[in-house]
Amino acid sequence: MAEMTGAVPSREQMRRAARDRHGDDLQDRLERTTAAICGLGGLGSNAAVCLARAGIGRLILIDFDRVDVTNLHRQQYKAAQVGMYKTQALSENLAEIAPYVETETRTERIGSGNFRDLLDGADIIIEAFDDPQAKAMLVNGVLENLPDRYLIAASGMAGTGSSNTIRTRKITERFYLCGDGISDVADDIGLVSSRVMICAAHQAHMAIRLIAGETEAW
Amino acid sequence: MVTINGEASSCAGLALSDYLEQEGFDATRIAVERNGEIVPKPQYNRTILCDGDAVEIVCFVGGG
Repeated sequence: MAEMTGAVPSREQMRRAARDRHGDDLQDRLERTTAAICGLGGLGSNAAVCLARAGIGRLILIDFDRVDVTNLHRQQYKAAQVGMYKTQALSENLAEIAPYVETETRTERIGSGNFRDLLDGADIIIEAFDDPQAKAMLVNGVLENLPDRYLIAASGMAGTGSSNTIRTRKITERFYLCGDGISDVADDIGLVSSRVMICAAHQAHMAIRLIAGETEAW
Repeated sequence: MVTINGEASSCAGLALSDYLEQEGFDATRIAVERNGEIVPKPQYNRTILCDGDAVEIVCFVGGG
């Protein structure tokens, strides 16, 4: 029977639909998981949408910046959201996409002094910055100080190079790295929505594999 | 021999910080794993690379 358009499905309807696709075991695990998304740009906003659609229990959304017109070609924001904090804009968009996923927003710049507090309660940490020094700071900080968390970082997804060179590698027991490792925005090749989304999807998918108990990158 | 990013290197005996400098790595954009464990940045200059070590130097490039 055709559903009435515009009516938001109930929590129970959405949960049942997700269980039909994922199975009870994976869906139970997803609902018990908190992921922190560090940076809500091309990587973070797309990874957050993947995880919210999958029915993850809780997302911690961290970014200090506002939506800019130059973000719209690859990030999950709407033109009318230019000027809003990314945390606020993304949590509104996620509430429309997946209204029963709990989101927490932290509108702060992540640095070496506050990352432990900002990441409190996260089982899985997604590094989704654009600046290479910020990436290195967070990765070293988490690996040195929060060794019980899973960390999924990204490096190398700029330009129009082949999508097949984006891959996921397992570096240590709890640290995974996605990307081609070399395509740098500093080389003036820009960021293309499809390739950034592929890399974000690698990160989100590794998170879902970990939640499912699959710890290998291959 | 030390294996660095999958390739054999004859850098045994060197401090990690010296190896990184010699090879032109920017220490602010990397994470280094040795034999499965992260090497904290303050320990780069007292970490001596040894025969049989497996080292992975993860370099971060811009974009996200």
